[in-house]
Amino acid sequence: MATPPGGSSSGNWSYGPAQGHGDGSSNPYAFPSVPHHRQPYAPQGPGPSPYDQPPAPRIQPVQPQRRTPEPAPAGATNNPLVRPYAMTGGRTRPRYQLAIEALVHTTAQPHQMQGQLPEHQRICHLCREIKSVAEISALLTIPLGVARILVADLAEAGLVAIHQPGGDENAGGQPDVTLLERVLSGLRKL
Amino acid sequence: MVAGGFGVGKTTFVGAVSEINPLRTEAVMTSASAGIDDLTHTGDKTTTTVAMDFGRITLDQDLILYLFGTPGQDRFWFMWDDLVRGAIGAVVLVDTRRLADCFPAVDYFENSGLPFVIALNGFDGQQPYNPDEVREALQIGPDTPIITTDARHRADAKSTLITLVEHALMARLR
Repeated sequence: MATPPGGSSSGNWSYGPAQGHGDGSSNPYAFPSVPHHRQPYAPQGPGPSPYDQPPAPRIQPVQPQRRTPEPAPAGATNNPLVRPYAMTGGRTRPRYQLAIEALVHTTAQPHQMQGQLPEHQRICHLCREIKSVAEISALLTIPLGVARILVADLAEAGLVAIHQPGGDENAGGQPDVTLLERVLSGLRKL
Repeated sequence: MVAGGFGVGKTTFVGAVSEINPLRTEAVMTSASAGIDDLTHTGDKTTTTVAMDFGRITLDQDLILYLFGTPGQDRFWFMWDDLVRGAIGAVVLVDTRRLADCFPAVDYFENSGLPFVIALNGFDGQQPYNPDEVREALQIGPDTPIITTDARHRADAKSTLITLVEHALMARLR
């Protein structure tokens, strides 16, 4: 898989300026400040946007509530601590299973980044030089699972290209012989 | 993957050959991983982080090798499962003074089928046991290479990686 997944996205599920068709009044999946109630959990694999479906609570909230849940104010709270999965809207899984070593690079022009989440912008900025998902996580100090989701968002929005590592599907994704030979040759030349 | 017991030199090994200073990524384990790890007795604590150090070697214009040190806590198998997919193989670093520390890693890779080599990291430049003795003690089959290394030295680490990739290649061709 060397191409960004889902080029023909029907789902308008980036967090950009709300411009969705048929969002109606509620637009329940605008970036929530606290991930409770509805869980916009995206099922694995390509398919119609889950966000167009009636919200069915597929999974429980990621972060159990310590206090009685109360409606979060729309604005920012004073609490400087953002729980890790808040910036993903509570999703714990990306739509695409990104390898930890999958390579990411930005294809976006600066003007395309306007209106994106700060985290998305930081990733795009970082990935002007090719970086792995692991490096994005480490360099931006965001947890690995969160980085995966944010990168998948950007790919969906067409703002980054992803190079998933090649692998032999018949061998459980293990590298094929050609790749091993190239790695061996490369190591010997070091 | 670079595996082994706590303090056996995984990050040192990664740092010796990496072109960047080893980076650290953290995975947050949440209630989504309930069933994998028991959090019921930790009260309010709903998340646990598991850290993983890694490095990078650019082998060619379009070929980058990443070296991931497995999380020190062996119980975080879900991270290992994540890493195994797409991995070339594993270096199991062993401190022969604490041989038992490597058992979980050896068991894991034997079960997962990922090619691995055992590298005896000589602390203070000492190798108190030779590979044959360790092979006997660990009950490792003759197909798995056991070598000595010094995780601090680039040449040693590089040679260990070459042994691993050769072994992985042989395993694929067999």
